[in-house]
Amino acid sequence: MKNLISMRDLKPEEIYHLLSVTEKIEKGEIIPDMQRKLAALLFFEPSTRTMFSFDTAMKRMNGDTIIMSGTKNTSAKKGESFADTLQTIAQYSDIIIMRSPTEGAARFASEVVEIPIVNAGDGANQHPTQALLDLYSILKTQGTLKNLKIGLAGDLRFGRTIHSLTQAMSLFGAEFKFISPSFLQMPDYIKDDLTLQNVKFDEIREMNGNISDLDILYVTRIQKERFADPEDYEKVKGSYVLNRDMLSHVKDNFKVLHPLPRVDEINTDVDNTKYAYYFSQAKNGVYTRQAIISILLGEV
Amino acid sequence: MDQMKTIKVNAIKNGTVIDHITAGKVLKVIEILNLADDSSVMIGMNLNSKKIGKKDILKIENRELSKNEVNSIALIAPKATLIIIKDFEVDSKASLELQEHIEEHIICPNPQCITNLESINSKFRIIQNTDVTARCVYCEKKYLLDDLKIKI
Repeated sequence: MKNLISMRDLKPEEIYHLLSVTEKIEKGEIIPDMQRKLAALLFFEPSTRTMFSFDTAMKRMNGDTIIMSGTKNTSAKKGESFADTLQTIAQYSDIIIMRSPTEGAARFASEVVEIPIVNAGDGANQHPTQALLDLYSILKTQGTLKNLKIGLAGDLRFGRTIHSLTQAMSLFGAEFKFISPSFLQMPDYIKDDLTLQNVKFDEIREMNGNISDLDILYVTRIQKERFADPEDYEKVKGSYVLNRDMLSHVKDNFKVLHPLPRVDEINTDVDNTKYAYYFSQAKNGVYTRQAIISILLGEV
Repeated sequence: MDQMKTIKVNAIKNGTVIDHITAGKVLKVIEILNLADDSSVMIGMNLNSKKIGKKDILKIENRELSKNEVNSIALIAPKATLIIIKDFEVDSKASLELQEHIEEHIICPNPQCITNLESINSKFRIIQNTDVTARCVYCEKKYLLDDLKIKI
């Protein structure tokens, strides 16, 4: 693995290898040493969580980071091409971790520079490190990735996290329930791929009464800004809020995941139940990103 | 039948015949080849074809096509046959082949795709299932070939 751009590029055995390295890092069986290694974090789009997660991952391995956040005060403002910016940053650093609102930016970067590129999100396209930390969380809580029943709820149309995770889990025989308002449903190009792979999925409009057979419920935020009419938002938002009462008939192994930040789509009364896993999931993100950086820099 | 064809679309002395163009696509082929110059062009539309049912045909006097042009035509008429004519005789005949990887010839319809925001060539991977689709290597969106804008 030279770069991490898209979940489409990964074979199941590469995913298992990465998750196994993640587990060893978490258990302290592997302690990667990134002393004198420098990661450039290029975030052309605002992010706190993902950027901090990568920064933490690098620093926990004794590595260092240089950070660029937003496009203010950058050479892009002076008219420098994206390719030139990348080539310059590549002279300073050992690995580039980048987020961009432009779809395909990370793929292009991997063609321009010699050092490894990690895609930390490109527009509505891919967010593979989030998908991998989600897979690690699923593997840790379920003991397997195979043949699980997964509910995805909220904004399935614009959520790149959701798209990457769906592609990844479809490699392992997952069955899906897509729970969303009709205009935020899973895009056709993803559903077409699932149909071609004979992956089973249902599209549902209500969360309540539809989660008792699930192993995992992955909740995402429905952004009010997506709705043209605020009244439409008020009408549907209640259908996608998870609360403690809805958990009375779920399976024993059931877990709720969320990429965070949460607003009000998971009621705080869920937090103290054994089903809430979203904060542990965030912690898993650091181990997973440590593993990704270590593998790409040939340290494990 | 051959005689009928000859009547419908006259023979050329030297040049290129593109046969078995998907019916209705010949005007698109003319657009791709930018034939609004001095070339003598003969067009046949909606002719019966044993091979593809209905077809269009295009004959261009004194013109050979570049590899780029051939690749672009294959995208919109993947079953076409390319015939080079020299002195009224068939000099060579070949079926067009849709390549698996296409660079430059397709404009990605996604406005957020990097190929529309930076000066870089598009790259598509062709997927042939029931429908022929093309997936952008960069933004990963998939489109029906018929819905794409082709350029040379």
